[in-house]
Amino acid sequence: MDYKTIAELSRDLAAKKISSVELTQYFLDRIQKFDKQLNSFITVTPEHALQEAKRADEWRAAGKGGPLTGIPIAQKDIFCTQGIKTTCGSKMLDNFISPYDATVISKFKEAGTVLLGKTNMDEFAMGSSNENSYYGPVKNPWDLERTPGGSSGGSSAAVAAYLAPGATGTDTGGSIRQPAALAGITGIKPTYGRVSRYGMIAYASSLDQGGPMTRTAEDAAMLLNAMSGFDPRDSTSVDSPVPDYTATLNDSIAGLRIGLPKEFFDKGLDSDVAKVIETAIKEYEKLGATVREIHLPNTALSIPAYYVIAPAECSSNLARFDGVRYGYRCDDPIDLEDLYKRSRSEAFGIEVKRRIMIGTYALSAGYYDAYYLKAQKVRGLIRQDFMNAFEQVDVIAGPTSPTAAFKLGEKVNDPVSMYLSDIYTIAVNLAGLPGISIPAGFAHNLPIGLQLIGNYFTEAKLLNAAHQYQKATDWHTRRPEGF
Amino acid sequence: MSLTSDDVKKIAHLARLNLPEADAPLYTTQLSNILHFIEQMNQANTAHIDAIAHSLDLTQRLRSDQITETDQREAFQAIAPAVEAGLYLVPKVIDEE
Amino acid sequence: MEWETVIGLEVHVQLATKSKIFSGASTQFGAEPNTQACAIDLGFPGVLPVLNTETVTMAIKLGLGINADITQRSIFARKNYFYPDLPKGYQISQHEHPVVSKGFLDITLDDGSVKRIHITRAHLEEDAGKSLHEDFHGQSGIDLNRAGTPLLEIVSEPDIRSAKEAVAYLKTVHSLVRYLEISDGNMQEGSFRCDANVSVRRKGDSKLGTRTELKNINSFRFVERAIEFEVERQIALIESGGKVMQETLLYDPSKNETRTMRSKEEANDYRYFPDPDLLPLLITAEQIEAIRKQLPELPQQKRQRFTEQYGLSQYDATVMASNRATADFFETVVKESGNQPKLAANWVMGELSAALNKADQDITESPVTAKQLGQLVLRIADNTISGKIAKTIFEALWNQEGDVDHIIEKRGLKQVTDSSAIEALIDKIMAANPQQVMDYRAGKDKLFSFFVGQAMKESGGKVNPQQLNAILIEKLK
Repeated sequence: MDYKTIAELSRDLAAKKISSVELTQYFLDRIQKFDKQLNSFITVTPEHALQEAKRADEWRAAGKGGPLTGIPIAQKDIFCTQGIKTTCGSKMLDNFISPYDATVISKFKEAGTVLLGKTNMDEFAMGSSNENSYYGPVKNPWDLERTPGGSSGGSSAAVAAYLAPGATGTDTGGSIRQPAALAGITGIKPTYGRVSRYGMIAYASSLDQGGPMTRTAEDAAMLLNAMSGFDPRDSTSVDSPVPDYTATLNDSIAGLRIGLPKEFFDKGLDSDVAKVIETAIKEYEKLGATVREIHLPNTALSIPAYYVIAPAECSSNLARFDGVRYGYRCDDPIDLEDLYKRSRSEAFGIEVKRRIMIGTYALSAGYYDAYYLKAQKVRGLIRQDFMNAFEQVDVIAGPTSPTAAFKLGEKVNDPVSMYLSDIYTIAVNLAGLPGISIPAGFAHNLPIGLQLIGNYFTEAKLLNAAHQYQKATDWHTRRPEGF
Repeated sequence: MSLTSDDVKKIAHLARLNLPEADAPLYTTQLSNILHFIEQMNQANTAHIDAIAHSLDLTQRLRSDQITETDQREAFQAIAPAVEAGLYLVPKVIDEE
Repeated sequence: MEWETVIGLEVHVQLATKSKIFSGASTQFGAEPNTQACAIDLGFPGVLPVLNTETVTMAIKLGLGINADITQRSIFARKNYFYPDLPKGYQISQHEHPVVSKGFLDITLDDGSVKRIHITRAHLEEDAGKSLHEDFHGQSGIDLNRAGTPLLEIVSEPDIRSAKEAVAYLKTVHSLVRYLEISDGNMQEGSFRCDANVSVRRKGDSKLGTRTELKNINSFRFVERAIEFEVERQIALIESGGKVMQETLLYDPSKNETRTMRSKEEANDYRYFPDPDLLPLLITAEQIEAIRKQLPELPQQKRQRFTEQYGLSQYDATVMASNRATADFFETVVKESGNQPKLAANWVMGELSAALNKADQDITESPVTAKQLGQLVLRIADNTISGKIAKTIFEALWNQEGDVDHIIEKRGLKQVTDSSAIEALIDKIMAANPQQVMDYRAGKDKLFSFFVGQAMKESGGKVNPQQLNAILIEKLK
């Protein structure tokens, strides 16, 4: 079978060319065959999937359901799935069978999708290479010695190798967009508050957002339709109507004003990557967009600010993992302090511990103003930069990542160098804006992603711009060899 | 800002993490490096900008005072490490001499 | 050497909402362990808090009741520490921007004077669970039913200068929260918890001494004793050359002493920061006004009104106003009695109170209704019955024999006020006791009460005492 998109599969299901059970079996077989090489799944749920597929077929037969009914997808193992192991990539939750469904999962159930399994991820969403997982690193299907990016590396690898036609990811500093770029697929992080965080295990509460990872912008629009919407269980969820993201995909983008931040094209950017991006921008000009240089002067500050705010919030969010009510508990604790310290130390990986400690320090007495408060002010500066830019342009474009996929093990021992790979994506989370990454070409035979950033709640515009590009180019149709 | 290994021990304790002696130097170095990196923020002039905790200027929604949750103790405690008589068990908690 | 005691009080008031502050689980007291702890209360991965509107309304009511500023934009903050009864490893509270700030309460001291105690702030927060220490093979059992119950923490300035003042303040706060119907104030069940910060200093010194914190004292009596003990302990310590250590102490009522709590950790660094899962709480002037209009008359105002309108003493007014049910009962009695406030107060604080105490009942459960008591007072005031007979009628009312007039009729308890009838009665008694008449006339004044007694006996207690006296005096001349 060709690598059919979700949109195509949806039409096939509607036309009864294929059943959901057949489709689901197809992907389960591919997972069985290929995932040994990639390690993109932590848990595969074949029985559960086939049951859901059967139900979906019944729905469709009864004339019910919608465009996603019967479509198999993979869920990042950060979303709580009732009755199914939910690990967040950590030993801490290796035994955690979630007693409830995340809102996103409920919404997908309502839409009638089929759960193939839970994808691998950097532990507690902390990482940019999926090398921080308790379940081992994920390999990039384009080059098995390289990372597919992180923290949603399992989802990006699975979709890139067509083990699932689509998957979910989460993005706190770039964890949907960067893996999408490194694995040559499409991924969108919506505006903060667009998608419910209830049941999405928290890393940095003020930055986390869930979103789709797919092969095309059209597919992303379909999944985003299902995922988005106000949730009364999430106080940070925004109560504003969700447009049909597929309805405006074909709008002309003539006159679209694109801004290229000077700061995104400096010496940190690999020159081959820069060439790919320049070509992509020219393509946009052909489609009628106008391009101009803009400034986001505080870009460089976004990484240090992020590495205060995110660790601070996570140090508090991860305090609930204490061996008392669920999750990992050390053997024979001698007293309370031993219970806490050993359970946590034995079950958290090194990057998680590092970030917890940085966060604890940043919030501690005497340092709050210098670190946390300062970072929240820098956040204000960054948002201001974007708001200024959006007075002149509709969309901001640039490379998603400064380099193509790097080798496994290359940055693992140097946390700071790993952090720097998020330079183009992090500011977007700090401002809470939406951003999408789409395949734009290759450098060193590895996929390169183009990032588009929009103003608040302009996901439809971003998907439209991405879709128009994908109609004029075919980077998004390329497949890694051997899968 | 360079951390001493004492600083790191204190932080580890606050965060309820064990810090084996052997690991202390590495942690101290790595955490100090990260803090040096973070201190780049000090270059920023933030005198005239407000700190923002959330991107959009929204306020807290209120929930009506209704009982909407039922007893799910059995389901919740099925995944608990140690329970007895409906209580979660922990090593004895002493808060007075 | 004259010493001055400086006390600040923190009261944790459990708000009487149906559901918890951040989740929809029930707050009802006494349920089986962990049957009222939902996923949010248990701190499962991925759960999120949503604020209960009623807690905000109650906080505003309290703010209005203590003449405080209601903060327009208040912020919820995380207080981070590890303890098994704290599931998330942090408590959602308020730190730099509490919902209520800068208020005051006037308290009435024993000598009837009024003192103003300033209140620094009041803020919303969630309660923790409970640890049960009965042996589970050397372990503790954690019940998280209470986790997430809404609390309002009220913090006073260190304006209080004695254990007695402390109790007066606490009682005033207690009365207020019950008046406002924001809490049942049940100290035994833990819905009203007091912590006292106590220090001493030499009189005239402006600097504050080192303070200790006395935690979780669950009765007013114990508060008084605990503070008194601690003050003496600190003074003795300083006088003998020692220094007061800043620490948290528990009060042991059985030994009447304060003891060091083994610290959960050295000076806790709570690392407060605004909770990113919650947005700033906005309260508008319109909302505050709408709630102000609905407020009942508050104890302070009622007390004032009772002294002015009914001429009650400060003390009587305080007792009558302290409890809304009592105040309402009292006012109904006054109305029904044709406006006899002093008599009404006497009956409510006297006979009724005694009977209720004996039967271990609350005024709301009184078998004698306010209307009935009012009618009784009316009948005393209009001379239908004597005060003594009224007591009999009260008993009959208590036993639900019917209404006042019905009982008077049925039992023929009408006071005899007809002068000629009384004269005839006296004549009869005098005729039956000639010796005593002679002795009295000869100078044995004490025999007057004999005649009164006889008259009462003969009339079944129904003769009007004042008239009896007057006519007896005349006749015995």
